[in-house]
Amino acid sequence: MSRVWSVDVRVTPREGILDPAGETIRRALGNLGYEGVHSVRAGRLIRLEVEADGPEAAVASTEKMCEQLIANPIIEDYVVRVREG
Amino acid sequence: MEVGMKVGIVRFPGSNCDADVYRAVTDGLGERATYLWHKSTDLEGVDVVVLPGGFSYGDYLRAGAIARFSPIMGEVIDFARAGGLTLGICNGFQVLCEAHLLPGALVRNRNLRFRCHDVGLRVENAGTPFTSAYGEGDLLHIPIAHGEGQFVAEASTLDEIEAENRVVFRYVDRRGQATDAANPNGSARNIAGIVNAEGNILGLMPHPERHSLSVLGNTDGLAVFQSLLAAVSRGRDHPGDRRTDAAPPEAPEFAAGAVAGAGVSS
Amino acid sequence: MTRTSLERVEARPGDPVMSAALVAEHGLSPAEWEQILGFMGREPTFTELGVFSAMWSEHCGYKNSRPLLRTLPTESAAVVQGPGENAGVIDVGGGWGVAFKIESHNHPSAVEPYQGAATGSGGILRDVFTMGARPIAIFDSLHFGSLDSPQSRYLFDGVVRGVGDYGNCVGVPTVGGEAIFDPAYERNPLINVMCIGVLPLERLIRGEAEGVGNPVMAVGARTGRDGIHGATFASEELDEEAVDSRPQVQVGDPFTEKLLLEASLELIERDLLVGIQDMGAAGLTSSGTEMAARSGSGIDIDVAYLPVREEGMTPYEMLLSESQERMLLVAKPEHEEAVREVLERWDLQAATIGQVTDDGMFRVREDGVVRVEIPVKPLVDDCPTYVREGVMSPATAEARAAELEAYGSFGSDEEVDTALRTLLDSPSIASRRWIHEQYDTTVQTNTLEGPGSDAAVLRLPAEGRALAASTDGNGRHTWLDPRTGGRAAVAEAARNVACSGARPLAVTNCLNFGSPLRPEVYFQLAGAVEGMGEACRALGTPVTGGNVSLYNETGGQPVYPTPVIGMLGVIEDLERRVPSAFRREGDEIWIAGTTRDEIGGSEYLAACHGLVAGLPPALDLDEAAALVDFLVEGAADGAFASAHDASDGGLAVALAECAVRAEGGPLGCTVDLDAAPAGADVSAAARWFGESHSRVVLTCRPGEGERIAAHGRRHGVPVARVGVVGGPDSPCRLTGAGHAIAPPAAELARIYEEAIPRRMSEEAGITS
Repeated sequence: MSRVWSVDVRVTPREGILDPAGETIRRALGNLGYEGVHSVRAGRLIRLEVEADGPEAAVASTEKMCEQLIANPIIEDYVVRVREG
Repeated sequence: MEVGMKVGIVRFPGSNCDADVYRAVTDGLGERATYLWHKSTDLEGVDVVVLPGGFSYGDYLRAGAIARFSPIMGEVIDFARAGGLTLGICNGFQVLCEAHLLPGALVRNRNLRFRCHDVGLRVENAGTPFTSAYGEGDLLHIPIAHGEGQFVAEASTLDEIEAENRVVFRYVDRRGQATDAANPNGSARNIAGIVNAEGNILGLMPHPERHSLSVLGNTDGLAVFQSLLAAVSRGRDHPGDRRTDAAPPEAPEFAAGAVAGAGVSS
Repeated sequence: MTRTSLERVEARPGDPVMSAALVAEHGLSPAEWEQILGFMGREPTFTELGVFSAMWSEHCGYKNSRPLLRTLPTESAAVVQGPGENAGVIDVGGGWGVAFKIESHNHPSAVEPYQGAATGSGGILRDVFTMGARPIAIFDSLHFGSLDSPQSRYLFDGVVRGVGDYGNCVGVPTVGGEAIFDPAYERNPLINVMCIGVLPLERLIRGEAEGVGNPVMAVGARTGRDGIHGATFASEELDEEAVDSRPQVQVGDPFTEKLLLEASLELIERDLLVGIQDMGAAGLTSSGTEMAARSGSGIDIDVAYLPVREEGMTPYEMLLSESQERMLLVAKPEHEEAVREVLERWDLQAATIGQVTDDGMFRVREDGVVRVEIPVKPLVDDCPTYVREGVMSPATAEARAAELEAYGSFGSDEEVDTALRTLLDSPSIASRRWIHEQYDTTVQTNTLEGPGSDAAVLRLPAEGRALAASTDGNGRHTWLDPRTGGRAAVAEAARNVACSGARPLAVTNCLNFGSPLRPEVYFQLAGAVEGMGEACRALGTPVTGGNVSLYNETGGQPVYPTPVIGMLGVIEDLERRVPSAFRREGDEIWIAGTTRDEIGGSEYLAACHGLVAGLPPALDLDEAAALVDFLVEGAADGAFASAHDASDGGLAVALAECAVRAEGGPLGCTVDLDAAPAGADVSAAARWFGESHSRVVLTCRPGEGERIAAHGRRHGVPVARVGVVGGPDSPCRLTGAGHAIAPPAAELARIYEEAIPRRMSEEAGITS
């Protein structure tokens, strides 16, 4: 049954890839007195409304979009998740 | 008695127009300038504070967001709140907005690309301490160089700053019209620069310091620094003029500054 | 393979067992392996194998190009530092020097255009500021496939963003360069970036490791697994497999670069250092060994002290990592604390990882245990070199022999008009505004002439002087005739610089070729270098350094052989600089230099007839040198209102460019091409669109043409008055060879300006 699914894509720098933004935020937090922040990785959240036959299909088609455009698989990881509702 | 003016230029990690402001003040205007280190908490008795352009902290997170918490910013905020002349150019404008010394925010350019070229600017208010050496309605050519220069604010805020004549510079075309095509980044109502309600804090995206040296063939930006010199000299002659209350300085000129055609065709 | 006993050097538990296959995987031939066994006196450890693999790669060792590069002139009165350092340095007067170098980042940009271009910019910036120079300008010479291809548009967009974001953030203006589009570069774009910096000559510092016991410090970003074997990667063909087995992509951090720049210059200014070098290709390995080699010393480091980003990194990985924004310093021992303080002030990491020795060894320990001990001299200086046999490819031979007579004439005036419009619409000729508006071109307030001019012109700190610079190369011409292509790259760069009024002084070169193992590629490489050397000698502009990028091929198809030249020159009096576009209505238009019957290899044949054929225009070195003298002396005398080199698209395109680029809006012109100096039997096509060398479009105030004529006579340069500059609303009225056209200047300007944006418009919103 085709309907619109709300899908979140969370894109983060791939494990081991340098993340200058995250690193700079981590240092700034230290300067502001927040102790104990060992690591910051900065990514982005992309929210899509996708029409599909089921949640699996929504995920599958979104993953394809990630591979091609939304993420840069050379330097980024992504997680696709269907939200409730 | 002391004469002239001393400009303090804040160096954040990643500032890169600090030296250009320094040259504009010293070589362009023949006045004194000094660098203020971001980790310092001493404004060294400067008459004017400039937050220069660049990419403080790499513009990571949001442009200006991290610099706003530098130790020096505590002093800058006190100085500005007490009526001290404070100029934020490009990244400095972003820092001023992040520090809530100016309303609104600067977001990514409409076309999502960095843009660098001369833009047409119209002086909307020549009654500020930053623009008194210009005439109202003067057309300037000043470079922009930014990726996040789209000025945005709530409609009510925009109405308020328009009503108080706090839009100081607007993007215009060759004929002085604030058209959509003349708007390089999608800024609301073609706004390129604004002052606070008290009129002592200016933030603008274009770089007047880049057009302040005669050897480069264009000195359209120099009058910003000349205006500051005049304001500093005036303040020294009439110390009472440096307002710490909420009344806009030179209020009559401000009120008279409503410019015909200030609306934006879009 | 016999195993020799290891006395002091210990293999690491778990290292792969040495085998012929492993050695081959590291890009070393059996003969090279024998050479290594010979001077090591034992079998290297796996970690050592990694070191050899990197240092003896083409990228670091110049195996196939070194014998050719040795033939290039490298000295002149102006040259302070020639090849072999982080960057070359010339004396520009008043106690000031200029450090400059060009480098490629082709393979990384093909894989990840944004980061590839960004990290390329970062590397070349570091090469310049590690000489003690403050970077004042960046140039980018870019070659892509046709913009009709989505892949090329993707690469082009990413590269422009990458170059821009990096330089913009560091605060160095990108003021010039070129962008060429040709299917020959479809899968393997060329991304060459030149950086120029200024320094007080007394502050010049080199990448040296002197003084036994001096501390060796790693500074800047922490080391991760990025780009391991990048140097080797850069020395292999780019095929599908390579793309999949690519090393971890290096990510650029221009913010940290800016901090490194400021901190380094402060350290140098305060005289706290003995030597400093970028950890570029092959990272710690090449920086450590090269610094020791220059000083005839040794270096002893312990990787346990190296700040790392990832857990469990092996010495092999730490030595070969190409993490960006890192530098190696040798400090004066009494200043170690002061160095540390400066770096901390700039929020930078600094770790002392070892010291300078006098035993001539590159020694690397892991927590005290020696993993690498290689004599520096044979490692760095005795990298084997190869002189190969070159043969012209059959395809080139066939193209050269093509009969072009049929293309020499036009059927109608309309055909001429269409050809001119087609050429102005060719992305290789068209306005590069779409590119350079994404670059900060005016930060640092030195830019006197920015992009869009023949050469960029920048203020120098020495009072009243200016620097002019240009990058040039022509792959198509070089493919058709390597020697002429090599000559032409130098001569055109010199011409561009001289058009601005500057005396050309020195060059940096970037050689982008296919695999030298192919005889037809070696033929191109040898010929181009030969031609380049000839032109450098004739023009008095020695080579101060540069970069060689080989193996630029995909699917067995090499790119066009593309030598790119970065040329610097000095204008004594910056007020005498000459812009390239028309200045005002009524000025006289003159043409200097001889038009010959040459349409081979032209943009006209390529863009209008889809043909790459014939012999490229010949380059007479005496003519080229005379023209440079004519331009420099004429400019100093104030004889020219404007000067613009005629190159791609010939005279008609050069005139149109002068018209559409006029400051304040397009200006028309009326020109009779038949009046221009010409040789015998020049075809109509050659007269309009031929690319004969050593020709320039000049203008002067009305009635002042006699001064141009006098300079022409003095230098033996043929000159002729051909027309007059028109007004803002007038057409470009061009006549010649029995044809006449009159397209409105404004219309030509629109074509010229919209060519690239039109093709890129679908791409809006693409991010990397």
